[in-house]
Amino acid sequence: MNKKQKKVLIRIIVSAACILVLKLLPIDGYLKFALYMIPYLTIGYDILIKAGKGIWNRQVFDENFLMAVATVGAILLGDYTEGVAVMLFYQIGELFQSYAVGKSRRNISELMDIRPDYANIEGEDGQLEQVDPDEVAVGSIIVVQPGEKVPIDGVILEGKTTLNTSALTGESAPYDAGVGDEIISGCINMSGVLKILTTKEFGESTVSKILDLVENASSKKSRSENFISKFAKYYTPAVCYGAVALAILPPVVRMLFLGLSPEWSDWILRALTFLVISCPCALVISIPLSFFAGIGGASNAGVLVKGSNYLETLSQTKYVVFDKTGTMTQGVFEVSGVHHSVMDTEKLLEYAALAECHSSHPISKSLQKAYGKPVDQSRVTDVEEIGGNGVVAKVDGHAVAAGNEKLMQRLGVEVMSCHSVGTVVHMAVDGVYAGHILISDLIKPHAKDAILALKAAGIKKTVMLTGDRANVADQVAAQLGIDEVYSELLPGDKVEKVEKLLREKEEKDKLAFVGDGINDAPVLSRADIGIAMGAMGSDAAIEAADIVLMDDDPVKIAKAIKISRKCIRIVYENIYFAIGIKAICLVLGALGIANMWAAIFADVGVMVIAVLNAIRALNVKRL
Amino acid sequence: MKKTYKIEVDCANCANKMEDAAKKTAGVKDATVNFMTLKMAVEFEEGADPKAVMQDVLKNCKKVEDDCEIYL
Repeated sequence: MNKKQKKVLIRIIVSAACILVLKLLPIDGYLKFALYMIPYLTIGYDILIKAGKGIWNRQVFDENFLMAVATVGAILLGDYTEGVAVMLFYQIGELFQSYAVGKSRRNISELMDIRPDYANIEGEDGQLEQVDPDEVAVGSIIVVQPGEKVPIDGVILEGKTTLNTSALTGESAPYDAGVGDEIISGCINMSGVLKILTTKEFGESTVSKILDLVENASSKKSRSENFISKFAKYYTPAVCYGAVALAILPPVVRMLFLGLSPEWSDWILRALTFLVISCPCALVISIPLSFFAGIGGASNAGVLVKGSNYLETLSQTKYVVFDKTGTMTQGVFEVSGVHHSVMDTEKLLEYAALAECHSSHPISKSLQKAYGKPVDQSRVTDVEEIGGNGVVAKVDGHAVAAGNEKLMQRLGVEVMSCHSVGTVVHMAVDGVYAGHILISDLIKPHAKDAILALKAAGIKKTVMLTGDRANVADQVAAQLGIDEVYSELLPGDKVEKVEKLLREKEEKDKLAFVGDGINDAPVLSRADIGIAMGAMGSDAAIEAADIVLMDDDPVKIAKAIKISRKCIRIVYENIYFAIGIKAICLVLGALGIANMWAAIFADVGVMVIAVLNAIRALNVKRL
Repeated sequence: MKKTYKIEVDCANCANKMEDAAKKTAGVKDATVNFMTLKMAVEFEEGADPKAVMQDVLKNCKKVEDDCEIYL
């Protein structure tokens, strides 16, 4: 609690104790009035002053004014206890609200606490000096010790370590990094001492980008938030006029038309009950708080949401369109199989890697990677690259040919064709067919689970768009269980396809496009909601998308949708609950059934419950 | 031009009122107040002087909610 809150707490305790004592004293008349003024003014002096200032500034319908009128009215009617109690409970409610909001503000900023406080620079004498990350120039060498956050993006020069990226991705599995690896700011260095060559300024580093994004997130307001602020604008004046009407009309009607006694004080008391209920606080606080908690919970799970409006749209998503490469597949070509090999698989890969060692083609790189050992180029002689076909070379004196079917035909070697989808490298050693190596883009390990999770979350249709060849695309889609595939598309065609899907679907169902942010920016912005994944280190994705998945695990898509749905459900619960209770209390108050105490519940109780409910949105661990 | 300011305000409805007041100030194209992060983002009209405009914004906000502060 801060100073202001403590002061209010003391005032609450003092006046509550005071009123309990007064209740027991047998006092009457002016003395009673004077004594009750002590707790009343203790608890309410600031409200009365604010109400006075409000009238001066012609801001009549603010809650200070309402509370002042309601309590002064009750006291004038002789209901001293009610008058003081309303003020007391109003202050308790305000205190609770400011405490709860302050606490969740702190909780959420702790969750997003990835801002590094300093960077270590090694001085000439080998001593480390802590400096502000902002002051570190590109190309400086910084030292990160175990347990410290990596402050700036860079490349590892020295050292080997395990990194914890959970603050960025929500994923707790650590990963290893060594010399030459790129390293992203915001990771925590778990084991070894690292020397890092910075490649970006702090302001351009991943951490700064993310912080910037999250801090500005809720300036884009959702429809529910706008609805509530509009509602609040009309609700309070409407209830106030209602109160005036309730105080004047029924007594007048009773007096003039029914010939009954007007019972002024009864009706005025009912009107005052109205005023207590008229405060829109519960609604106005709980809706943005729910969204804020939802966005905070999501970012803790590695899902960055750029605004509460996007959370709202995401919750209505019924169609999910994917890019293939980099989204459902890893986007890196790897040896996925060696078939019909006449020798050891290892040996065949060795020959292939050696024969292709002078090529910088991606295929050659994946062969080197599969071989996994350093290539001794002196073993390779007489290399001849045959454009569009492959390579012929002498390895350890053996004639090795590696290439496509055309190359084999040229050499007069009969090939065994491959049934799998991907790029096939046929091998011939000493003029004899030696088998083939299949190189393909691997499907991400969780891609299938991701589609299943989406289906389970009630997604109507999943669609995959790709520039890749039809047979590759169809096979990937079939393997994953994706409903529709469109292949061999140019980037422009993807936009067209998304537009067609947008036209075909129903208005209230939303369409999400998931891409890796590389050359699909136009599609990301055209869809109802653009989700970029694998954003660690990719500025383009962070810029273009509405929602950013920090790691490249597609299962997070379903998780993001679930988080958004939970958040929106809480928002609606709060809207219906708060408006409902207030409406009921208004009706009961008008009928004279609900008294001042019920009104206090409708005001303060509802707010407390709504705030507690809103904070639930923060908990997204088990979704 | 867009600028963000830190603010101090106690209740959510007051934050909404500040937003309204800021929006109505001359020289302000658009304004959003975020109660949760206690920030006010103001987009200024072309050619407006942010410093002078923000003085007016602060004055207008004080009118609707006495107990508020904008850290300029």
